[in-house]
Amino acid sequence: MTAPAVPATRRQRTAAGIRDSFSAGLGIFPLGIALGLLVLQAGLPWWFTPALSVSAFAGSLELLLVGMTAAVTPLAAVALTVLVVNFRHVFYAFSFPLHLVRHPVAKAYAVYAMIDEAYAVNASLPAAQRSAPRLLAMQIACEVYWVGGGLVGVALGAALPAPVKGLEFALCALFTVLTLDAFRSRREIPSVLLAGASVTVALVLTPGVALFTALLMFVGLLLARHARAARRPAEDARRPAKETADA
Amino acid sequence: MPSTPYLVAVLAVVFSLTLALRAVPFAVLGRLRGSAIVRRLSVWMPVGILAILAVTALHTTVTAEPGALGYALLAVAVTIGVHLLSGRRTILSVGLGTAVYVVLLNAL
Repeated sequence: MTAPAVPATRRQRTAAGIRDSFSAGLGIFPLGIALGLLVLQAGLPWWFTPALSVSAFAGSLELLLVGMTAAVTPLAAVALTVLVVNFRHVFYAFSFPLHLVRHPVAKAYAVYAMIDEAYAVNASLPAAQRSAPRLLAMQIACEVYWVGGGLVGVALGAALPAPVKGLEFALCALFTVLTLDAFRSRREIPSVLLAGASVTVALVLTPGVALFTALLMFVGLLLARHARAARRPAEDARRPAKETADA
Repeated sequence: MPSTPYLVAVLAVVFSLTLALRAVPFAVLGRLRGSAIVRRLSVWMPVGILAILAVTALHTTVTAEPGALGYALLAVAVTIGVHLLSGRRTILSVGLGTAVYVVLLNAL
C-alpha cells in the first residue's frame, strides 16, 4: 500500500491489489472463523456458513443473522435488519471508483463485493494508483479470506474449546490506519471534524445503531457544507483543481 | 433446527437486499455524475467515513469487553505509533496493534 511507484502492467496491478488485501485479511479471516464457530454453536448446518458468506458478504450483518436465523425469525424482520444494518453502503457509491471497471461482469462483481474493508482500503489509495485489476484482485482476495475463514471456523468448531478473544480488534486497527492514510493534507480537517461530531452524537444518542446514525448525520452535514460552498462561488473557483484532483 | 426451505428463503432475502443497497445508488448517481454536489461529496466523504468506521469499530470492541477500554486505547496508540514510525506499513501496524490487544485481553 505504501509503494510509491504506480503499478504499470496488469500483472503488477493485480499483485498490488493482492498486497492491498493482506491488511484487510488480518481482520476478515479471524472474523470468518468466528462466524463459522457461531453457526455451529447456534445449531445451524455447516453449509449455511459459506452460503451466507457468499449471499450477504457483509461481516457484521452475518454475525447478527446467525442468531436470528437459528430462532426462525420472520423473513420480514430479517429484511428490515438487512436494510438498517447495511444501509451505510448507499453512501459508499459517491466515492467508490466503479467507473474504473469497464467489463459488465467485473462491474457487477465490484458492486456485489463492495464491503467496508474494500471501500476503506481503496479510499486510502491516491487516485493515480487505483485501477480496475487492482480493485478487483483486492475484492476477490477479501472474499476468499471471508469464505475461507468461515470454512476454517466450521472445521475448528468441534476441536476448539473456546475461540481466542479480541481478534475483532484487527478491524478497528485497520480502519484507524486507513484513516491516517486518507488524511493527506490540511484540506481533510473539516471532513474529519464533521465526522467526529457525527459519531460522537450518534454514540451518545443511538449507541445500538451508531454507525448508521453517524453516516446519516455526516452526509447531512456535508450537504450543508456543499450548500455553503455553492453560495460562495468566488472562493470555490480559487481552488477547483485541488478539489477535483482526488475525485 | 430451522427447515432447509426457511434457510434458503433467508439467503434469498439477504442476497437481494444487500446487493440492491450496493447497486441502486450507482444507478441513481449515473445521472448525476459530474455535478458539483457529487464531485464535492466524493472528495469530502472518504476520510470522514473511515474515521467513523474506526470509532464505531472501537466502540464495538469495547462493548464486547467493557473492562478492556484501557487495553483497547493502548492498542490503538500502538497501532498509530507503529504505523507512523514504520513508514506506513499497514500489515505491521495492524498486526502489532491487534497482537497487543489480544495478549493484554487474554493474558491479564
